[in-house]
Amino acid sequence: MIELDGLTKRFGNKVAVDQLSCVIRPGMVTGFLGPNGAGKSTTMRMMLDLDNPTSGSVRIDGKHYRELSEPLKYIGALLDAKAMHGGRSAYNNLLCLAQSNRIPERRVAEVLDTVGLTAVAKKKSKGFSLGMGQRLGIASALLGDPEILMFDEPVNGLDPEGIHWIRNLMKTLASQGRTIFVSSHLMSEMALTADHLIVIGQGRLLADTSMADFIHENSRSYVRLRSPQQERLRDVLHQEGVVAVEAAGGTLEVDGATTEDLGELAARHSIVLHELSAQRASLEEAFMQMTAGSVEYHAHSEPAGGAPPPPPEGPQWGGAWNQQSGDGKEA
Amino acid sequence: MASVPAVLTSEWTKIRTVSSTTWTLISAFLVTVAIGAALSAVMNAQFDDLSDAERATFDPTFVSFSGMILGQLAMVVFGVLVVGTEYSSGMIRTSLAAVPQRATFLFSKMLVAGVLALVVGLITGFVTFFLGQALLGDHGTDIGADNVLRAVVGGGLYMGLIALFSMGVAAMLRSSMLSLGILMPFFFLVSQILSAVPGAKKVAQYFPDQAGSKIMQVVPDAMNSDPAPYGPWAGLLIMVGWVAAAVIGGFLVLKKRDA
Repeated sequence: MIELDGLTKRFGNKVAVDQLSCVIRPGMVTGFLGPNGAGKSTTMRMMLDLDNPTSGSVRIDGKHYRELSEPLKYIGALLDAKAMHGGRSAYNNLLCLAQSNRIPERRVAEVLDTVGLTAVAKKKSKGFSLGMGQRLGIASALLGDPEILMFDEPVNGLDPEGIHWIRNLMKTLASQGRTIFVSSHLMSEMALTADHLIVIGQGRLLADTSMADFIHENSRSYVRLRSPQQERLRDVLHQEGVVAVEAAGGTLEVDGATTEDLGELAARHSIVLHELSAQRASLEEAFMQMTAGSVEYHAHSEPAGGAPPPPPEGPQWGGAWNQQSGDGKEA
Repeated sequence: MASVPAVLTSEWTKIRTVSSTTWTLISAFLVTVAIGAALSAVMNAQFDDLSDAERATFDPTFVSFSGMILGQLAMVVFGVLVVGTEYSSGMIRTSLAAVPQRATFLFSKMLVAGVLALVVGLITGFVTFFLGQALLGDHGTDIGADNVLRAVVGGGLYMGLIALFSMGVAAMLRSSMLSLGILMPFFFLVSQILSAVPGAKKVAQYFPDQAGSKIMQVVPDAMNSDPAPYGPWAGLLIMVGWVAAAVIGGFLVLKKRDA
């Protein structure tokens, strides 16, 4: 279990992490989500005591990182793939880490086998591709068989087979009761792996919720209809008391009705349909909406010195979506 | 707290598993011995051409250590790379995650690399001394003569201290390129030139290499060099002061700055 308490990091005037408090629990994959520059990596570096917090603290099973006598046995981390000496072989890079924490040497061969690098164990790591470097970093995280694992953007640079592998690895590790903390800027990736979600934007906590709740509150399902007899279709829907919203591309979107009902309705009135499909608003859109006010690097510039809009409060997400669903679709 | 023997083992593995260790230390040995031997042979052949003052202060031990001026540069590279590659490779974050106690981490690394540099320095010192004396022929001296053993062992200490100083500087600057860019010209050019410029030499003789190298002289003001206001051991102590400052500075930077 990791506890963050009022964690704050300032670089000069710039606040990278702002009063972040949350708890990362064992036995599940906790996703750490935020746009680029939201402060995810800074937070993770503070958790490993690499960066000094401006204020606040991080406790790992109740202790500060520096109080852990052999930290690799408590917490394994993949921060960036190239954090190894390129002139040293993969095996020796892991060996010196193992020795520093009195981890038996046989673990080096074991973790290299786990990540599938046994064949290149004696090769210098500077010749490694990004994906191989990522695997070596994961091997170093697994070295001490720790109860807590932290991965910063682990799927970066991995091929589809590698992405599949890391997803399964994280789920397996979580099912063994370990604490898995994984950062990403991709909601779609989190939706596939995370059980719990911590969302930050501009260093501030935006959401701390289970994945199931997040999906429930943020993904609106609706039915999309397209017909050459659009006007008639609208009238019929109106008569039946069904609210249809006109959407992009001359389609109609209907909330709270099934495709079966709408198909039968159209058939009864002999209306030709070109499309009748169940849709689900993507979580990606929900995520973008949540972090819209706190994205660090917009494609367009904002007036200098403008205060960022306040972050949305937790209970508003569901409501916010419905109010702005039309805008969201067109964006 | 991390187990110190475990961290020492780990640092030893780091040092022995990179090729730069081998080539920098072999270079330090070869360059020092080869140039020392060459100058000893030249001095033997041209002894009669030396000025009276130079002949009066002729120091066969110091002559055989002439290669140190270039050989120390290889030691500088060794020291800088031991610390600097942690930063250039990004390994420092992995290393500090494994050993979060900054003092244990840095001082273990410096101890292991410093002892290795000292051992190589001592071997280099004895080899270059005996080879140099053999080539100096009748003008040579004996290891049993007064102060000679002190000078030869001092040569080894000097090399170890140069490596430690470089490690401290690299820890302060957190970059191999920057450290080499400052230390190489300093030891090879700035220090050598300033020690020959009237007026500047009063300051230059307190530079770590100028002060430390006095330990390798058996005859005071060897080879008619400028007299120093300190003896061989005091000179070495001045160098130790520089090394301590660099090492403490490096530690404070590691402790205060974000990795």
